[in-house]
Amino acid sequence: MSATVKLIGFFDSPFAHRAEVALRLKGVPYELILEEDLHNKSELLLKSNPIHKKVPVLLHGDRTICESLVILEYVDEAFDGPPLLPVDPYGRAMARFWARFLDDKCSKPFWLSLWTEGEAQKGFVKEIKENLKLLEGQLVKGRKRFFGGDAVGYLDVASCGFAHWLPVFEEVAGVRLVTEEEYPDLCRWAKEYASDETVKQCLPDRAELLAHFTARKDFFVATAKAIMAPN
Amino acid sequence: MAGGELKLLGTWASPFAMRVKLALNFKGLSYDNIEEDLRNKSDLLISSNPVHKKVPVLIHNGKPICESRIIVEYIDEAFVGTGPSLLPADLYERAIARFWAAYIDNKLLASWFQTFTGKTEEEKAEAVKQTLAAAEHMEAAFKECSKGKPFFGGNSVGYVDVTLGSLVALVRTSETYDFKPFDATRSPLLNAWLERFAALDAVKTVVPDTDRLVDYAKTRLAEAAAAVSNN
Repeated sequence: MSATVKLIGFFDSPFAHRAEVALRLKGVPYELILEEDLHNKSELLLKSNPIHKKVPVLLHGDRTICESLVILEYVDEAFDGPPLLPVDPYGRAMARFWARFLDDKCSKPFWLSLWTEGEAQKGFVKEIKENLKLLEGQLVKGRKRFFGGDAVGYLDVASCGFAHWLPVFEEVAGVRLVTEEEYPDLCRWAKEYASDETVKQCLPDRAELLAHFTARKDFFVATAKAIMAPN
Repeated sequence: MAGGELKLLGTWASPFAMRVKLALNFKGLSYDNIEEDLRNKSDLLISSNPVHKKVPVLIHNGKPICESRIIVEYIDEAFVGTGPSLLPADLYERAIARFWAAYIDNKLLASWFQTFTGKTEEEKAEAVKQTLAAAEHMEAAFKECSKGKPFFGGNSVGYVDVTLGSLVALVRTSETYDFKPFDATRSPLLNAWLERFAALDAVKTVVPDTDRLVDYAKTRLAEAAAAVSNN
């Protein structure tokens, strides 16, 4: 199908990056539509993703696909080019398992380890560090260059937040989670990922991310408080 | 890769294990059903799912696959020649199916469980509100996916039917607490679909008995409440 491809994203979003890098890895030409302010979402975004109202959204002809991991699988299936997911069913199940692990088990403790304090923070730091160790294990003690093997694949793309965004958040929050000593394979992978020829074309500029997140630090702390509040 | 040995680690009460049983039943695949005692997890469960230590786990030729939706996709992909396909053939419809399956777990079920486990009356009331809103979206999803046919998968049961239909026992349990997210007035299509789904032989053989489930839920909730008040 040679219909137009558009991607609604936002410069600071690792989820939007997942979708964008997938299109680039498959060599698909696309138009990038950047939201200017996620506190003031565009008509197009609200109309295209009424359920979640989030980026990324892929518009392929008259098709609308939401949710970054769903978009990844759609892009893998809809377009020619190197496969993002493994071809064998078991490999696919493993890749999906770990991507889901990231979103379901890592996002929250990661976020809260940055912006909470005291005993609560210690708990979240412990949790995210344990989970990152499990993720690192998938690199099989350095025997794999990428989660996908020799080339960037689905799980590498899904893990992009921990490659490029994590160090920026660490700097803004003044919290250190990942050191080369403790996570040699994960750190090596992060460098490989961020310096991949295709990936680096759509990674946001680090200095811009840093400035943007620093300006929003109070807001981030407030979101952490809101998550903790019900108790 | 057809054939081979299939073992399912699950429990009679788990809607997640039920998804896998449904998928196996609909595909006409025989398997060894191993009932786990979640208070005394087997070595096999812990070694097969070291990350989450949860059911269900499907073990195919000795290799474990975890997470119910991932297992269902695995079954569909590994046994592509056997029985009907659960994921749609059309790749856009496949993306839509994956979107709604994720929504069921991340939004619908998450708030539904909160209606039982919420710590305050406000929390529970908010959870009820969110569950009803999610049910409304699922009603629209049914319209979109079924296109006038009896199931989300069209004329035959598909991935979303299995994902949502496994909640039939939860629906019946909730009714004893006077909570009906899929009632005939608010969600007529889903209400009818659920009746239709529950009447299928493949479903009847694996759905937990409602009375047994209500007793089980009462015991679990009482234990949880006691645990909280003992802290």
